[in-house]
Amino acid sequence: QLPTGLYKKVLVILHDSVLPYMNEPTLMMDFLTVAYGIGGAISLLALNGLFILIHQHNLEYPDFYKKLYSLLDPSIYHVKYRARFFHLTDLFLSSSHLPAYLVAAFIKRLSRLALTAPPEALLMIIPFICNLFRRHPACRVLVHRPGGPADMSEDPYVMEEEEPSQSRALESSLWEIQSLQNHYHPDVAKAAAVLNQSLSEMEDDISGLLELSAYELFDKEVKKKAVDVPLEFEQVRGLFGKRNDIFAEHFSLG
Amino acid sequence: SNPFEVKVNRQKFDILGRKTKNDVGLPGVSRSKAIKKRNQTLLKEYKEREKTNVFKDKRFGEYNTKITPEEKMIRRFTLERQQNYGKKNIYNLNEDEELTHYGQSLAEIEKLNDIVDSDSDTEERGALSAELTAAHFGGGGGLLRKKVSSEQQDEEEEKPKSRKELIEEMIAKSKQEKQERQTRRESALELTEKLDKDWKEIQTLIARKTPKSERKDKELEKPKPDEYDMIVRELGFEMKAKPSERLKTEEELAKEEQARLQKLEADRLRRMRGIDEQANEKRPSHMSADDLADGFILDKDDRRLLSYKDGKINIENEEEKEEEEGEEEEEEEEEEEDNDNEEESQEESAGEDEEDDAADSHSDLESDLESEEEAAGDKEEKKHKANENESQNVEKLDPKSEAAESELPYTFAVPESYETFKSLLSGRTIEQQLIILERVQKCNHPSLAVGNKAKLEKLFGFLLEYIGELAALDLPELRTIDKLVLPLYNLCQMFPEAASDSIKFILRDAAHDLEEVIEVKGRAAFPGLDTLIYLKIISLLFPTSDFWHPVVTPAFMYMSQLLTKCRITTLQDVIKGLFICCLFLEYVSLSRRFVPELINFLLGVLHVSLPKSRAQGYTVVHPFTPVGKNLELLFVCDKEDLKSWEKQNMPLSIVTRLKETSKTEINHIRLSCLALCFDLIKKCAALYESLPSFHEIMHPVRILLTQHVPVNEYPEKMQEWYHSALKELENKVKHYTPLICEKKKPVPLKQYTPKIVKVLEFGRKQAGSKKEQERKQLIQRHKRELKGAIREIRKDNQFLARMQLSEIMERDSARKRKVKELLGSLATQEGEWKAMKRKKWKS
Repeated sequence: QLPTGLYKKVLVILHDSVLPYMNEPTLMMDFLTVAYGIGGAISLLALNGLFILIHQHNLEYPDFYKKLYSLLDPSIYHVKYRARFFHLTDLFLSSSHLPAYLVAAFIKRLSRLALTAPPEALLMIIPFICNLFRRHPACRVLVHRPGGPADMSEDPYVMEEEEPSQSRALESSLWEIQSLQNHYHPDVAKAAAVLNQSLSEMEDDISGLLELSAYELFDKEVKKKAVDVPLEFEQVRGLFGKRNDIFAEHFSLG
Repeated sequence: SNPFEVKVNRQKFDILGRKTKNDVGLPGVSRSKAIKKRNQTLLKEYKEREKTNVFKDKRFGEYNTKITPEEKMIRRFTLERQQNYGKKNIYNLNEDEELTHYGQSLAEIEKLNDIVDSDSDTEERGALSAELTAAHFGGGGGLLRKKVSSEQQDEEEEKPKSRKELIEEMIAKSKQEKQERQTRRESALELTEKLDKDWKEIQTLIARKTPKSERKDKELEKPKPDEYDMIVRELGFEMKAKPSERLKTEEELAKEEQARLQKLEADRLRRMRGIDEQANEKRPSHMSADDLADGFILDKDDRRLLSYKDGKINIENEEEKEEEEGEEEEEEEEEEEDNDNEEESQEESAGEDEEDDAADSHSDLESDLESEEEAAGDKEEKKHKANENESQNVEKLDPKSEAAESELPYTFAVPESYETFKSLLSGRTIEQQLIILERVQKCNHPSLAVGNKAKLEKLFGFLLEYIGELAALDLPELRTIDKLVLPLYNLCQMFPEAASDSIKFILRDAAHDLEEVIEVKGRAAFPGLDTLIYLKIISLLFPTSDFWHPVVTPAFMYMSQLLTKCRITTLQDVIKGLFICCLFLEYVSLSRRFVPELINFLLGVLHVSLPKSRAQGYTVVHPFTPVGKNLELLFVCDKEDLKSWEKQNMPLSIVTRLKETSKTEINHIRLSCLALCFDLIKKCAALYESLPSFHEIMHPVRILLTQHVPVNEYPEKMQEWYHSALKELENKVKHYTPLICEKKKPVPLKQYTPKIVKVLEFGRKQAGSKKEQERKQLIQRHKRELKGAIREIRKDNQFLARMQLSEIMERDSARKRKVKELLGSLATQEGEWKAMKRKKWKS
């Protein structure tokens, strides 16, 4: 087959510079299916072309969602094509005819993976999950389960399960987002806190958040004007002079 | 007045008890008033519109109504005399004449009298020679002599030459006198120096240090003050003897201190939660934020400026400080009295120098901030010695620093540029640098002069830059930085805004560089040690637990970028990364906020410490990869090195240079990193225990620890680290409670009953908060003023137009008149001419 670099390059431009000009776009079917099966970044990229085939050319793809589900791994929040992938995922999950268990499994998996995500991805994924809740009210048990058991010793959700229907996501709750309410970035913490309240009717627009970069976030924070600057009240006693300073235990000056 | 000139503003309703201001208007009167005023101001301006010359009345007190005319005249007279004093008036011929009395010249007699008078006064004036007075003051004497000489030598031609000689002689004399004076002064100096030495000897016995001795020399040359001045100042100091506050007992002080700390802590917690931001705004802003906005220490029990003494840092417990506050005043008084007494005794012994000494003692006290501060510092130091076991600083007072202090000048200007700042500090020892910085701060305290605030704010930036430079050196001078952090902290406490701005600037630069590198190359390297030090300093200067903080939040973002974007290829990268992990942990140690990047990085570090194998059951994320270059970066297989390893603190300078170390050492460093990593995992586990998905977060780490780490190959110490980390991870109970949304607040039904607003005073709106009301009031006032101003401008324009019109009319009428006159004269001329003609005809 093709080398990885070339594969990626082809797939990046396939959907808007190749497919529209082909007489028989369905000929690309096999190529894309194989690419989709490879895994990693190439699968993510093949998704776009595949989507066009499914959407406009009546391609029937068995276990499409299962495949999509298995594509979710910790690296999706870190890769370059994050914006494209989530744009498509948003499209795929926008149908209100999807079963609740599937959407719940997606929500649960996305939020589980969010535990390792950088803030710029978190700022995107939390409204994304909120949108899923809005589209699929049946999934709201994930954040609101009034009659459930008081205490559980284990999260019922099975992360390792490949089949969304077997993952028992609907029996679980979104503790991950609750953990993220303690995130160090104030905006992330605020966004995660939204799930505490019942959601508003309108969907959030995440198109602007997809391309968010860490530097933009930083820039935004730096440019904020502060009315006053709180100061440390503990008297400084040198570079490593704080109480229980971690540095003093492991580093030395010199 | 005339009822036809009165305009009555009719009231629609009569309201009892209301006073009406404007019920009757006098349009005629007010109009004439306005016109008069315009005549005085606008018309004047209009008439002078094209004139650039200005008439200035410099007569003394011409427009001052407070002075009576007589007084004014007297003052003017004296002024005139003062101006003319000492000037030769060539037109005043009378002065050449000699006035006599009983055959003696009046001038002579006056002089004599003068001498008799001045005899009791000061010797100096008497010592002035007649020639000098003549030359300098040009009084009668000189002119007199001139006349005499001209009389004597009226026939000799070399009169100018004799004059030259005279002047030369005068110069020689004055030079001689000067020399004499100098020798006298020198001897006096020597005497005082000797006295100082003696005094110093005694002083050590008294165990009190007055650094005045140095200054004494300088101020010897100062003019002697009047006796009157001395008395006034003495009185001034006596006034100072106020009753001091009652000394507080230990318990009270402790209680106060506790209350203060509690308040600060409560503030911190509130900011950490960051929930009640709106409520926050209404509250008076908390103390730590703006108490030092103007550079003053406002609150008595607030933190005070740190002070250094002899290279020692006076960090004392707050209790001590407050204890002192009361005492200090008293002591100061005492000491001053003491000083006076001592000085008096000195005076007696020193005999001739008595006046000088007295003058010194007072010019010392005279608003010389430094001396007072130093005195206070002395006392602090004494106090310090008394309870040195309690004081937290470790440094010993060494003679070197004392010497350093004495040889440095006392006042410094704030450097204007970074170069001058650097040259100020270069080549100095740490102690000297600290003293310099302290003195710069003291001499330029914002309360002393207007521009000082801006200057000191700049100083913070310079200091920061300097620290960065020190850290970026090949051999980073971390000990110096360690000390320089203290003045930095002080400056930051004084100017929080400026400090945060300059730190933000640095952060922005760093982040910008990082972003550029990433854009060009796709990946970046870790920044230098200076940036790491800056990040550490941020945690010292600002509270890192705040929900949002103008400096700390960007720092968080930056560190997160470092941990996710920077490539890890060398051991240094790992160390830097671990340093940032430590920073993260320190930042969130109080707020217990969740940092995913931290866990990811620690997982990655563990991963690279393993021998090459396919990762199972866990996935590492960027910047670590399951396969790639950075594998086995921390892997140690040498048995010898494993055995000989001992946990040691890593020196930070490793970050900049590592090449020359041997393989064994490198292996040891690797193991130290690993131990640090274990410890950090342990700390993370302790920190995030309360998170609901703690187990999910720590899952990959646990798998790696239990299944992949070759524990048995590690030395025993390492196994201890490992087990403590693992224990911390394992012994957490799994505990999940289903989530329940907060109950929605019931939305109130829309109601159609009218909204009732309390009206306390008729015609005034009560709605809105106080701030809103104020705003409304201001808007209204602005509107009113604007209207008034527009009306006034209109009226001004009308007035001016009227003036211009009348001018034009006047001009026109004058012209008409002139034309008429001309025509008339022409007509008469014509008539006359015709009459003449007719006559001719007839004749």
